[in-house]
Formats: sequence, structure tokens, C-alpha cells
Amino acid sequence: MASKISTFKPFSSRIFTVFALFIALTARISAQDHNEHHEATVVNDSIGAVDSMAVTTAAPMDAAASHHEAKEEAVDITKVAFEHILDSHSWHLWGEGHDAVAIPLPVIVKGDNGFTFFMSSAFHHDVHGMNVVEVNGDRFVNFEEKIYLASEVANEHGQFLTFNQEGEVANAAALDLSITKNVTQMFISVIVLVLLFSSIAKSYKSHGVTSAPRGKQSFFEPLIVFVRDDIAKGNIGPKYEKFVPYLLTVFFMILINNVFGLIPIGANLTGNIAFTLVLSVCTLIITNINGNGAYWHHILLPPAPKWLYPILIPIEVVGIFTKPFALMIRLFANITAGHIIVISLVGLIFVFKTIYISPVSVAFALFIDVLECLVAFLQAYIFTMLTALFIGSAVAEHHHEEAHGHTAEHH
Amino acid sequence: MNVFILASLIEPGVGLIFWTTITFVLLLFLLGKFAWKPILSAIKTREEDIDKALKSAENALRDMRELKAANEVILNEARAERDGILKEARETREAMVAEAKQKAQAEADRIMGSARDQIQNEKNAAVAELKNQVAVLSIEIAEKILKSELSNDDKQKALVNTLVKDINVN
Repeated sequence: MASKISTFKPFSSRIFTVFALFIALTARISAQDHNEHHEATVVNDSIGAVDSMAVTTAAPMDAAASHHEAKEEAVDITKVAFEHILDSHSWHLWGEGHDAVAIPLPVIVKGDNGFTFFMSSAFHHDVHGMNVVEVNGDRFVNFEEKIYLASEVANEHGQFLTFNQEGEVANAAALDLSITKNVTQMFISVIVLVLLFSSIAKSYKSHGVTSAPRGKQSFFEPLIVFVRDDIAKGNIGPKYEKFVPYLLTVFFMILINNVFGLIPIGANLTGNIAFTLVLSVCTLIITNINGNGAYWHHILLPPAPKWLYPILIPIEVVGIFTKPFALMIRLFANITAGHIIVISLVGLIFVFKTIYISPVSVAFALFIDVLECLVAFLQAYIFTMLTALFIGSAVAEHHHEEAHGHTAEHH
Repeated sequence: MNVFILASLIEPGVGLIFWTTITFVLLLFLLGKFAWKPILSAIKTREEDIDKALKSAENALRDMRELKAANEVILNEARAERDGILKEARETREAMVAEAKQKAQAEADRIMGSARDQIQNEKNAAVAELKNQVAVLSIEIAEKILKSELSNDDKQKALVNTLVKDINVN
């Protein structure tokens, strides 16, 4: 059953990704020239940063207005889509440019003079490197939600940045440990998970185990039992009990953040590669520190002729890393693809510049949203199931079970 | 610009990696200690309880079946005993009836015999009585005939003559 789902899923998501990229590409082409135009018109002459917490004010009003007008003329759907998908230093709620309403979040960066802290509101919604924040003798700019050490003077676009020939930022990037939008959502999800499951644990204690589950218990108990019996016991085998807490944590962490990501103002945490990277590395570590003799024997002394070892051993060693790597990419790509499709469908209205396309957009976006609800559960399940499968192949005593693990992963 | 966006999409941010690692390990610890441990042990306990209850129910059912089988045996025995008693009773009754019949027959025979004797006696007495009556009547008739025969002299003489004649003959 599991392999069936995991073969179906990448196929369908591939179709949607291709569709989304097509739409995104179309949008980009139509909006490109406008985009270049508005960047050229924006001017910023604020150079004087004053005291330690002082912030240079935003661009002059006329410049801001022209910037605003340029934005209204054409919406760069690609840019909008990626703004929604990528992490940001403030929690944007609504509005554009300087009218934007956003929850400021703490920025923690390391400049030349050590770590400094200020609120993201100090950037005044600027993501073009035009607003310099001077703290602790360090000067920072926000360019495309990345914090750089600002140049001494602005370039011809008013950006306190220098670009090299390839158009890349030449400024040094600051070590950024900010509490970004994704980090904030992660904290919220952790608080929700801890409160939710500790209250469920409490109700087990207070009502005892002789009564039937009630309320939250009756919703989450089947999921917990499903993870324990079908995912852990089914894939790991008799030694499953040790790994159940990890699998449950991974499952519910991914699930809750998938669901939070579906809420319009929610952050796209599970579609961020850094988050999936950490989870995959955890799986990698847990799999390999629990790997038994048979597991390492299979990798270092594969059941093949000796003369194939120079090829096989590197393949097996790389295989240790490709499995969690696939986990990382799968979750990231699936969630990101879903979000891009929804934004692209809504973006159709702005691409065609007509309200009459909106029923189509809304209908398709609704369909995709419903699909994403399924995907939220499915991806949490697949990540957990494959983690259990990898652990199972590492702790299995028999060779044929290992072989089974490999074939299932292949799908 | 799009190159930067695409690069930042697949380039993991150090800050997020840092915070995710800390948060996830913390979450793993907190949930493991305060949620999964009590929940999983509670679910396990409940499952064991249910297993135990099911097993004991099964045992009870088996016991009941055994009990029922034992009851059946006892019932059969009782039924057989009842049949035996009934049969015995029937035999006794038949025997009693037969004996009673025999006795009644004997009594009836005895009564009949004595009745016959009595009738015979009565008859004999009646016959004797009748004989007496007939004798008396004959005497009375003879007397009356004699009286009428001997009412005149001629007849007396004639009779005497006859009688004398008879005597003479003798």
C-alpha cells in the first residue's frame, strides 16, 4: 500500500509542478519589462545613519510613489509566489510596499562587531538593500530577505550594495540567526504540539485507561496508534518501540506545519529546505547510529564479487546519504509545488488583468487546496514511513528484509 | 533577480537550520517525556486490559459451555432415571390391576356359588311347599268328592259294593 502511494504521489505532483512552472513562466515573461523599469526608477538618497539604534528613513515620497505605481502596473507573479514561499524577516499580513502591514520579528545578525539584535520593522519593509540599519557600529541592509553588511555609499539604484559582473551581491552576508517568519511559526507549532499532547497525556492520566477516549484523545489516538502499529511496527519490526517517539514527533511536526502552511497568512515551513534538511539529518543520524552489523556488512562488504567492490562500496556509502536526501527534497518539493500552484492560479487574475478569470482561479485553487489537505497528511505519512523503513533496514537481522527495504525505497 | 530567488529557494538558511535543530531536539525531548511516554504506556495498558478482558470472556464462555455439557449429562441421567421410575410404576400398576382383577374374579365366583346354593335351597323349599299344598288341596278335593259321592245312600252302597268287590278280588 505504502509503495503504491509513494509511486502515485511524485507522478501527480510532477504534473502539477510542470503546470505551475508553465504559469509562473508566462507570468514572468509578461511582467519582466515592467519589473526592470520599476527597479530603475526607485531612488534612495538616505545615507546618514545616526545613533546605535537609528534607522535611515525610507526613500523620499515621490520615489516611493513611483515604486508603488510601477508595482500596480504589473504584478510579477513569480516574485509574489516566491515571496510567499520563502522565509522572511517580518510576518507579512497584507498590503504592498510601504503600506504593508506586517508583524515585526526579531533580527539577530552577526556583523563585524559580534551579534546584534533589532526588530525587522527597522528595515521599513525594504527588501532591495536601500534601507540601512546601523546597530552596534555595524550597518545592515536587507536584500531579498537576506541580510548583508551595507556598502559605504549607495549605487545608482540607491542600494547600499555592490554587484559583481554576474549580478551577484558582492557584499559580505551577515551570519543570520533571526527569528524569521518560519522560525516563529515553528515556535508556535511547538507550543501547540506540546500543549496539545501534554493535555492529551493528562487526560489519559485523569480518566484512566479503562474508559473510552474522549474529545482530543479520540481524534489523536487513532493517529498515534496508526504511527505506532502501521508505520513503526510494520516497517521496523520487533525493535520498533525505541523509535516510536521520534516517528510520532516527526509525523505531527510535519503534519501541523503542513496544515499551518495552508492557512493563507501561515508560513511555508515544511516547504523550506532548511527545515526538511534538519529532519532528514535527524533521520540519517538515527538510522546510522542504530545500524547493526548486518547493515554495515551490507554496505562495506556487499554480497557481490570482490572485483566489484571499488564500484559497489562507494555506491552503498553514497546510498546512506541519498536516502535522507530524497526525504529532504520530497517534502520540500511537494509542499512548495502545492503553494506555487495555488499562488499561480490566483495570479492568473493579475496576469490576464480581468476579474472574469476569477471563477476559474477560485475553483482550481479550491481544488488544489483540498488536494493539499490530503497532501499535508500524505507527506507527513510518507516522511515518517520512509524514516521507519530506513531505520528498519538498519536494525533488521535478516538479509531479505534489507532487500525489501531497498526495493520499497526505489519506488 | 530571479536567479537570486531561485538560489534562495534551494539554499538552506543557516538561521533556520540553527533554530530548527534546537527546536526540534527540544520538541523531541518535551514530547517524548511529557506526551509520548504516558500516552503510549496508557494505550499499551488499555490494549493489554482489553486483551485480558477478551481472553477472560473467552474463558468464561468455554467454562459455560463445559458447564452446559455437564448439565446436559446430568439432565440425561435424570431423564433416564425418570423413564426407569415411570416404567417401574407402570409395571407395578399393571401387576396391581391384574391382582385386583384376580381377587375380584375369585370373590365374584364365590358370591355366584353361594347364590346358586341359596337358589337351589329356596327352590327345594318351594317345591316341598308346593308338594304340601298339592297334598292338602288333593285331600280337600278328595274330601269334597267323597262328601258329594257319599251324600246319598245309593251311591254309598254302590261304593261299598265296589270296594267290597275289590276286596273280594284280592
